[in-house]
Amino acid sequence: MAKKLMKGSEAIGEAAIQAGCRLFFGYPITPQNEIPEYMSHRLPQVGGTFVQAESEVAASNMLYGAAGSGARVFTSSSSPGISLMMEAISYMAGAELPAVIVNIMRAGPGLGGILPSQGDYFQATKGGGHGDYRLLVLAPWSVQEAADLVQDAFDLADFYRNPVMVLGDGLIGQMMEPVEFRTERVPCKPLPPKPWASTGWRGDRAKAIINSLFLDPEVLEQHNRNLKAKYDAMVRDEVRFATYGTERPYDVLVVAYGTVARVVSTAVDNLREEGVRVGLLRPITLFPFPYEAVRAAARRAKAVLVIELSCGQMAEDVQLAVAGSRPVHFHGRQGGMLVSPEETAEKVKEILKQTGKEARRG
Amino acid sequence: MAEALVFSRPAALESVITHYCPGCTHGIIHRLVAEVIDELGVRERTVGIAPVGCSVLAYNYFATDFHEASHGRAPAVATGIKRAHPELIVFTYQGDGDLASIGMAEIVHCANRGEKVTVVFVNNAIYGMTGGQMAPTTLPGQIATTCPLGRDVNLAGYPIRVAELISTLRTPAFVARTAVHTPLAAVQAKAILRRAFTYQKEGTCFSLVEVLSTCPTNWGMPPAEACQWLEEHMVPYYPLGVFKTPEGGDRAPRPLEGEEGPCRTT
Amino acid sequence: MQNDVIIAGFGGQGVLLIGKLLAYAGMRDGKEVSWLPSYGPEMRGGTCNCTVVISDKPVGSPVVQHPRAALVLNLPSLEKFEPMVKPGGLLLVNTSLIHREPARSDVTVVKVPANEIANELANPRGANMVALGAYLGATEAVSLPVVEEIVRETFAGKEKLVTANIEALRRGHALGAEAKKGGQP
Repeated sequence: MAKKLMKGSEAIGEAAIQAGCRLFFGYPITPQNEIPEYMSHRLPQVGGTFVQAESEVAASNMLYGAAGSGARVFTSSSSPGISLMMEAISYMAGAELPAVIVNIMRAGPGLGGILPSQGDYFQATKGGGHGDYRLLVLAPWSVQEAADLVQDAFDLADFYRNPVMVLGDGLIGQMMEPVEFRTERVPCKPLPPKPWASTGWRGDRAKAIINSLFLDPEVLEQHNRNLKAKYDAMVRDEVRFATYGTERPYDVLVVAYGTVARVVSTAVDNLREEGVRVGLLRPITLFPFPYEAVRAAARRAKAVLVIELSCGQMAEDVQLAVAGSRPVHFHGRQGGMLVSPEETAEKVKEILKQTGKEARRG
Repeated sequence: MAEALVFSRPAALESVITHYCPGCTHGIIHRLVAEVIDELGVRERTVGIAPVGCSVLAYNYFATDFHEASHGRAPAVATGIKRAHPELIVFTYQGDGDLASIGMAEIVHCANRGEKVTVVFVNNAIYGMTGGQMAPTTLPGQIATTCPLGRDVNLAGYPIRVAELISTLRTPAFVARTAVHTPLAAVQAKAILRRAFTYQKEGTCFSLVEVLSTCPTNWGMPPAEACQWLEEHMVPYYPLGVFKTPEGGDRAPRPLEGEEGPCRTT
Repeated sequence: MQNDVIIAGFGGQGVLLIGKLLAYAGMRDGKEVSWLPSYGPEMRGGTCNCTVVISDKPVGSPVVQHPRAALVLNLPSLEKFEPMVKPGGLLLVNTSLIHREPARSDVTVVKVPANEIANELANPRGANMVALGAYLGATEAVSLPVVEEIVRETFAGKEKLVTANIEALRRGHALGAEAKKGGQP
């Protein structure tokens, strides 16, 4: 297919369709309304079904139903709506159902605002809903990558029988960039059959029971251990990250994800032109987090700078990775304010000045 | 003369012992639903959705594929399944706390969208599984563990009449209330359930069958007495009957003439 | 080589549209592009804007704090974006609606009476096209024929609109090209 200029939201919707998703359940919330709107006109064209649910609670439980009966399903929302979906997300994780949830993050807490934010990192990567579970979390930095990751998300969800979240921000949703959909896309994971799905019991397989209830503590503990083994496999096999400018020596390693990393990449270019040695590491999977890669990259730097549109959430994972071996600095914007390349450059220079002083003192 | 088999377990029921309390009418309702599924020949394409409540383990009792939903969300789960597989026969089995309290939004909107699913709504006027708390359908004055002096309608409002409420929606549907506290009532209930599932099988409309049920354990009375109590207290407040059929039209509004008060327009 | 521009005006002046046309054309021209609508505090106060980046290599930050060019169609937009243009950059001002002189002396100012020209062409809603043309003339961010091609596709089936908008584009382009040569009229 030829390159098309698309809004991130539309590209996300089209990507789901290209991935074979024919069902969308959702509820309006800014700034992601273009996704349900796109699905409502596109799905009927390909024989699919769009349902505007009465709430995010209902939408996510429709996902639970459809996923349990074996369909590729998808919903999208923004932060407050995602909070309402946490119930069903926990149930889907417990019942081991594949589904794709896109969160176009807006600033919080509470109703917050409608502008871009990365304030839902903890919610996405550390649980969010109740119980002991993990989501695979993918963070695109461009419209093309959003389209690619949404398609991969369906494969990963099916492969692991686990909900996958694509974590974007208002910028990804609103901006337009060229996108290309490969006509003959190969799934990023082998797609296992779904004998567990509730499609009607004819006696040719075990009765399908889509369930997260295990009243026997020994059975539930075993279930938890099985889930843990699955999350461990994700940690082993699914870590994705990218670097920018780290092929040359650097003094400061910047860690950022999503569109913030795009901003930082420009700062890296500008700083390099000035002779400032800086590199970028960008996690693409937020769970599993690229701890090893961050640890190794940090060792080659004098200091690490984490930049997020939050008060510092991924920063905690970076600290875990670096484990005190290098100073970890943080710069964040909140409330829908964005980081600029200039601001990033300033921060890097500040850190270098500080590091130099400390080195002299040391 | 050869022996004739006149009574057996429906194929749609598993051969297992249920966890229900002695005298509870869930067992009867399970059986009626299973008989209807058998008689309509749809067992192999039926998917049920269990609620959170006493019937949370229904998936162990029905010999069909099943989903266990989160509390109150069964109609949303049913929507997801039915939209993914319109050829399936999808039914939810929900209690009064699940459907009429925490799941009120889901049931109203599922009905209003006209999802072609069947809802079996078991109303026993109490929270059974959690130990006898007040339900949205607990009768005025009825004692429960969270209204030890009896339901005070000034504090808790009046019990919700679900069949009546759902039947006000404009979208075509089949809505009825039945009971299973006498053999005759159970026979009628089965006929109504059969009608409800048939409407789904034919792709006609959403259907909801409210079934008045007893809870001897939490009502604190022997089963026979509980059936009597249901007849004397529940049936007057929750009249049995068909409230809406897909063939029926709008409910006519009550004329304003003769009304006194601030709302009067003439 | 990168061209980036903030296009700003009030809602209804068609600033988002010309931004999209520019991005489409850049893409058609084989360049990397991004189009980003108003964000952050820039959303407030009587302006609507978008940022377009056109580059030979993958676009880094779609967020541009100090653009190489600003195309401002009304006074609030001039107030807001004039201070942000990169030193040595380009400031295109719609003099039909903006009656104060820009204060910056370290940027190239191109004055475009966009509404007057559009009215002359009996295409009063084509002021945005005149402005886009002027930007193209002054920067050659994308070649004019490619933009014309995109205009033809965008307004396909509305021949009168296509003709009128292409005329507006060309008038603006001539004006911008003239300014680039240093002969600002």
